[in-house]
Amino acid sequence: MKKLNGSTRKLISSIAIIVVLYLVMNGMQATGNLSSLMSGLLVPVCAYSLVAIGLNLCVGYLGELSLGHAGFMCVGAFTSAFFSKMYQDVIPDVPRFILALIIGTFFAALFGFLIAIPVLRLSGDYLAIVTLAFGEIIKNVINVLYVGKDAAGLHFSLKDMMDLGLDLDGVVLINGAQGITGTPRQSTFTIAVILLIVALIITHNFVNSRTGRAVKAIRDNQIAAETVGLPITKYKLTAFTISAAIAGVGGVLYAHNINSLTATTNNFGYNMSIMILVYVVLGGIGNFSGSVIATVVLTMLPEMLRGLSTYRMLIYSIVLIALMLFNWAPGILKLREEHGLTTKQLFGRFKKKKEVQ
Amino acid sequence: MKKKILSMGLCAALTASLFAGCGANGGAATSTETVDTSGELTWRLGGIGPITGGAAQYGQGVMNAIQIAVDEVNEAGGINGYKVSFNFQDDETDPQKAVNAYNTLKDWGMQILEGTVTSGACAAVSAETYNDRIFQLTPSASSTSVTEGHDNTFQICFSDPNQGTVSADYIAENSLGTKIGIIYDSSDPYSSGVYQNFAKEAANVGLEIVATEAFTADNKTDFSTQLQKCKDAGADLLFLPFYYQEGSVVLKQAHDMSYAPIMFGVDGFDGLLGVKDFDVSLAEGVYLLTPFAADATDDATKNFVTKYEEQFGGTPNQFAADAYDGVYILKEALESAGLTPEASNEEICEALIGAIQNVNYNGLTGEGMTWNEKGEVSKSPKAVIIENGGYVSVE
Repeated sequence: MKKLNGSTRKLISSIAIIVVLYLVMNGMQATGNLSSLMSGLLVPVCAYSLVAIGLNLCVGYLGELSLGHAGFMCVGAFTSAFFSKMYQDVIPDVPRFILALIIGTFFAALFGFLIAIPVLRLSGDYLAIVTLAFGEIIKNVINVLYVGKDAAGLHFSLKDMMDLGLDLDGVVLINGAQGITGTPRQSTFTIAVILLIVALIITHNFVNSRTGRAVKAIRDNQIAAETVGLPITKYKLTAFTISAAIAGVGGVLYAHNINSLTATTNNFGYNMSIMILVYVVLGGIGNFSGSVIATVVLTMLPEMLRGLSTYRMLIYSIVLIALMLFNWAPGILKLREEHGLTTKQLFGRFKKKKEVQ
Repeated sequence: MKKKILSMGLCAALTASLFAGCGANGGAATSTETVDTSGELTWRLGGIGPITGGAAQYGQGVMNAIQIAVDEVNEAGGINGYKVSFNFQDDETDPQKAVNAYNTLKDWGMQILEGTVTSGACAAVSAETYNDRIFQLTPSASSTSVTEGHDNTFQICFSDPNQGTVSADYIAENSLGTKIGIIYDSSDPYSSGVYQNFAKEAANVGLEIVATEAFTADNKTDFSTQLQKCKDAGADLLFLPFYYQEGSVVLKQAHDMSYAPIMFGVDGFDGLLGVKDFDVSLAEGVYLLTPFAADATDDATKNFVTKYEEQFGGTPNQFAADAYDGVYILKEALESAGLTPEASNEEICEALIGAIQNVNYNGLTGEGMTWNEKGEVSKSPKAVIIENGGYVSVE
């Protein structure tokens, strides 16, 4: 067997873990041992994981902070849901979902590309500011966007539903703040897991490719990278577009898992962008599998805490702070190291035990 | 050593906090459950709404009101001889969280859902209840997307089209104004829904809309621009389809710029008189639509309002009253269908769909309420005007 390098081995082990978890969850679902809450959470968790992977590529490898990944997710969600709703009775289910996936991904990538063109030429924290604004703009535009369909074709308006001038038998596809209702429900756990694995493989291969190495070189020292002749803008653009596209895939999954798609602050606004950044930071910047684990834990946590009633969100925040401190506070890290409690040492101990056996 | 203990303790606390939730989630022992169900067969009534976040006051009102009604029903011997247990879950006004809350309730063994409180979340949940065949009665989600295509979902509040149309008709019939200015929340499904139906009907009855100004949930603290535009356009009546919190700000700012058109709110304005630090005299002469007045003198309302104030403090608004009625409507429907909690969710759902359409209910929020197969309630919105710090019926 060819000797694999460390990061590839890590990728294979994390994919193996995902596959095992997938099989366990499926087994539990088939035998009826999985609670409705858990089975309801499977697809959203995968969707958020995808967005977190996308953002991690941007924050961890491109070294630029993006506060608008929920915006890309939103673009992916709304374009694909719009497509699915529009051709609901025309195209059969499977090809329509594949097309919706492609469309959602493409538009998220397109918006990422357009934003990156001017912004990534600058150095500094401009991307954070611009993406923050982008996320809010997208959300607000969708809230005033009305699209309807009748015999005469598509009608658009930024004013209200009456302004569309639909025939009596026309249907409103996007109804402003009421969003898109009745998107066909097609995201399954199987599709979600496959997409998640594909995204992990793509990001892994990307960061270890020629382009990925160039991106890392730019992150570490832009001037040095320029002096060896790397086209900075091209590499930055590629990385950011891929990052936005992966977030778009997450959006497509999200949109096809829920009947009522609305753009509010909680699900596609600033709050969500920050939430995803929290997943990335907690999971470890530059660590894709870490992002997935952090997403799973942090999405499940508020649902697990439902027993605490109104104190739920309070406790959730406290747990979040405690987790951050436990993972990143220098003092606690030192303490953990002294007592053999870092992840590496724990894994090491585990391995040793295995060898002894 | 001390440090080691500390770090171990921290680890333990973190893992414990993760798993403590698991236990509560798997079993029926959530703290929001209200009746001791030790082995006894009960009706399992679920509720969903925002009890944290920006719309928390609506969710809390509904939760408290259902609690009062459930306690009363249980005291009086339950429904068909079985007590009712009630479990309310938070959805933070988010569709995805509402679905999570719904799944939590399903794990708890919910048979009937009274919720959700807000329209966007409700549309997501009613698609789920439709698939799972669980009967759903929403106290306050007024959008038509909630009931459209879902035969198992019924509304206690009147729907958006109903409100917008009735308002426009009322204004035209009583010639309250000729030039209408509208301010609405374009990021809120409820507000934009009412606005659209108002504008549609306004064109039919010949009202002239001279200004349409929107705001969003992110900037709802200053309305001076919108008011100025309406004033410049010469609007002599302002139609304000949004909630009372923003309503109080609009009234204050209009007063400050000495702009005094007729103000016409819809059902969201109910609660205006209870806003903290709001000069109630500014609300004099404001029209609004409400099926419920907390200072009504009939015994049922008095009983409810007193109990609410005693147990939870504050004055209940119409959503709370709708929710309170909801429990009794379910009781009447369940009794007429002669069901017991042993029936499966599907059986309860099918039986209730039929039974609720035969119910004729007199409650806090209306006399002789009936339901059609579309899930809409028959009660029509009534306009009231605020005079001397109280509601006065205009008819």
